[in-house]
Amino acid sequence: MRRRRIVIIGATSALAERCARLWLTQGPADLVLVGRDLDKTGRVAMDLRVRHLDADVRVLATDFLDPACVRALVDGIFAEGPVDIALIAHGLLPDQGACQADLDRCQEALLVNGVSPALFAEAFAGRMERAGKGVLALIGSVAGDRGRKTNYVYGAGKGLLARYAQGLQHRLAGTGVAVVLILPGPTDTPMTSHLKGSRGCPPLADADTVARIMVDAIEKRRPVCYAPGKWALIMLVLRHLPRAVFNRLNI
Amino acid sequence: MVKVSSWGRLSYEEHALRHFFDREAASTQLRGAGPGICFGMGHSYGDVCLNPGGALWNMAGLNRFIAFDEETGVLTCEAGVLLRDIQRLFVPRGFMVPVNPGTQLITLGGGIANDVHGKNHHRHGSFGDHVLRLRLARTDGSVIDCGPEREPGLFAATLGGIGLTGAVIEADIRLRRVPGPFVEAELIPFANLDEFFALADASEAGYEHTVSWLDCVWGGGGRGIFMRGNPSASREGKAPRAGRLGVPFVPPVSLVNSLSLRLFNMFYYAMKKRAKGPILMHHESFFCPLDNVLEWNRIYGPRGFYQYQSVIPREHGREATQAMLGEIARSGNGSFLAVLKTFGDRQGRGMLSFPRPGVTLALDFPNKGASTLRLFERLDAIVREAGGRLYLAKDARMPRDLLESGYPRLAEFLSYRDPGVSSAMSRRLMGV
Repeated sequence: MRRRRIVIIGATSALAERCARLWLTQGPADLVLVGRDLDKTGRVAMDLRVRHLDADVRVLATDFLDPACVRALVDGIFAEGPVDIALIAHGLLPDQGACQADLDRCQEALLVNGVSPALFAEAFAGRMERAGKGVLALIGSVAGDRGRKTNYVYGAGKGLLARYAQGLQHRLAGTGVAVVLILPGPTDTPMTSHLKGSRGCPPLADADTVARIMVDAIEKRRPVCYAPGKWALIMLVLRHLPRAVFNRLNI
Repeated sequence: MVKVSSWGRLSYEEHALRHFFDREAASTQLRGAGPGICFGMGHSYGDVCLNPGGALWNMAGLNRFIAFDEETGVLTCEAGVLLRDIQRLFVPRGFMVPVNPGTQLITLGGGIANDVHGKNHHRHGSFGDHVLRLRLARTDGSVIDCGPEREPGLFAATLGGIGLTGAVIEADIRLRRVPGPFVEAELIPFANLDEFFALADASEAGYEHTVSWLDCVWGGGGRGIFMRGNPSASREGKAPRAGRLGVPFVPPVSLVNSLSLRLFNMFYYAMKKRAKGPILMHHESFFCPLDNVLEWNRIYGPRGFYQYQSVIPREHGREATQAMLGEIARSGNGSFLAVLKTFGDRQGRGMLSFPRPGVTLALDFPNKGASTLRLFERLDAIVREAGGRLYLAKDARMPRDLLESGYPRLAEFLSYRDPGVSSAMSRRLMGV
C-alpha cells in the first residue's frame, strides 16, 4: 500500500493532534504539519515520531493570514507530491464580550476562524481538483449553524467556513475530490479549558471521541459530520426554532 | 471553580483548576500561581492531590512524548503521559514501564511524586529508581533539571515528594526490556502468615513479581493467595477483552458490608485455590486487575472509603501484621481488598519514599465515620510501635507524629519545598 500523505493546517490544535495520532496508528503515513509557530508545531511532531518510528513527519510554519504565504505553502507541498488528505483545523475561541468592545479582537476572530481557513481551503481545492483526487476536511462548529448572542463572532467565522465548504462541494461534485465539513460540539480541548466549571459551561465531549469521529468521516468522505452525532439533532431543532422562541433563550 | 475528589471519594470540594498543555509555557503559567498543587488523574486515595478552595494545576494535558532511545530504553516524555499510554505504545516494541503500580491510569508525574511501587520491588525497587532526570518548574518561575548527579538533593526531595517541591514537567525514565506482553503467573494458597513469609522468602530469588491477596474475614485473618510471576516470551496468551465493566452510579450505601465481604472472601479464596500450575496472564490483568472495572471506587457509596497502607520492618513484620489483622477482625470491619507484599532490602531514593525493607499491607475500608477512624488509631499504634510508616499516596488522616516517626528525612525534605506549593495533605501534616 502506498503511504498516505496527510497535511494538517493548524497542527497544534488539539483535535488535529488527536487525528494525527489516530492516522498513524492506522498505518505508516507521511505527515506535513503546518503551524504559525515552528517550535510549538515541532513539539507535536516530536511526539508523533516517538509514537510511530515509521512515520515521516515534517513541520512547516507560515503566516496564516497572508494570502501569498498560503498560496506559496500549498504550492510547495504539492510540488513534492500529491496530497491524500488535507485537514484545516485552526481556530480560536474569542471572548464574545471583548469582541463587541474591541473591533480589533472581533476582526482577529473573524479572520482566524473564517477567512484564513477559507483561503487554505481554496488553495487546496484548486490543487486537488487539478490532481483529480484528495479529501479536504474543514473543522467548522455547531456554533456556525445559528448565531447566538453569547458566541456569534466565533459562530460567524465558522459559519463562513460552512458556506465555503458547501460551495466547494458543489463545485467539486463529480470529481475525485471530497470536501468534508466537520461540526464538533463543545469539546474538551485547551480552547475550552478556561470554561470548565464556569456557569453555563455545556458538557464537553472528549477530544479523542471527537477525533475518532472526524477520522472516520474523512475516511468515508462524508460531506457533513456532526461530532458527536447527537449535535445533528440538537442543531436541527435549534436552527428551526421560531425566532420568537429563540430570542427568549439565554444561550 | 470545579468540584474535585480523589480516588477515595471522601471529599468533593471546589477547586480553581488551571490546565497545562504546553511544556514550554508551563513555567510562565506557574510563576506566582501559588499556592496550589499539581493534579494528574486523581487516583491517589486521600488528600495528597487536593487543595480545597485553592488552585489545582491539572497536568494531564502535558501528554506528549519527546524522545525514545531504542538502544538504552530511555524514554523522555511530559509529566501528564499515562503509564497506560506508555505500556500500550511500548509493550509491542518489547519494552515496559520498569515498575507497574496497581493501576496504569496514573500520570508519569504522579508516579514520580508518590514514588509508586509494584509487585517487583524486591527486584527493581520503586518508580524513582528508574528516573534518570526530571524537569521541575517552580512557582518562582525557575526551571530546574535534576537527577542523581545534578541537584541530587532536589531530586531526592521530588521523588516521592508528594508534589511539594514544584511541578514535574517532563522526565527521562528507563524502560525495561520484556520478551512479550504476558506474565507467567502461579497462584499458591497459604493458610497463615508463617506460610506467607516462607513463600515470600522462597520466591524472591526466582520470581520478578510477588504479591498476595489476604482474606481478612475467614481463617483467622491470615490465609490468602500468594501470586508470583515472571515475564513470559509466550505468544499464546489472550489479551484482555476491550469491553469494559463499570460501576455506572454511586449506590446510596456502600456495597461493601460484612455480608458481602464474607461472601466475596469465601468465593474468591475458593476460586483462586483451584487454579493449579502456572497460568499465562496479560500484563494488564496481572498488574492492574481493577483498571478494567471503570470507577470501581463507587461501590463504597457516597461516603467514600479509606485505604490504609503500612510498611513494617521485617523483624516485626509477622507480629505486627497479625496484630493489625486481629484489630480489624475485632472491629468487625473487614477489607475487601487486602494486599500483602514483602519489599526488597532497599530504601527508596526519595526523602519521603514509602518503600523500605519490610512487609507492606494495604487495606480498604468503607468510610463509616468515627468508628473507622478509631480502628485506624489502633492500627497506628501497632505501626508506630513496630517502627513502620504509612503511605502518603493513600492517606487521608494519619496524625502528624506518625509522619515524623515514619519518615526520618522529613526535616531535610522540608528545606526543598516550593513555598508556592501547598495541598490539603501538606497543611494537615506539615502545617503549611
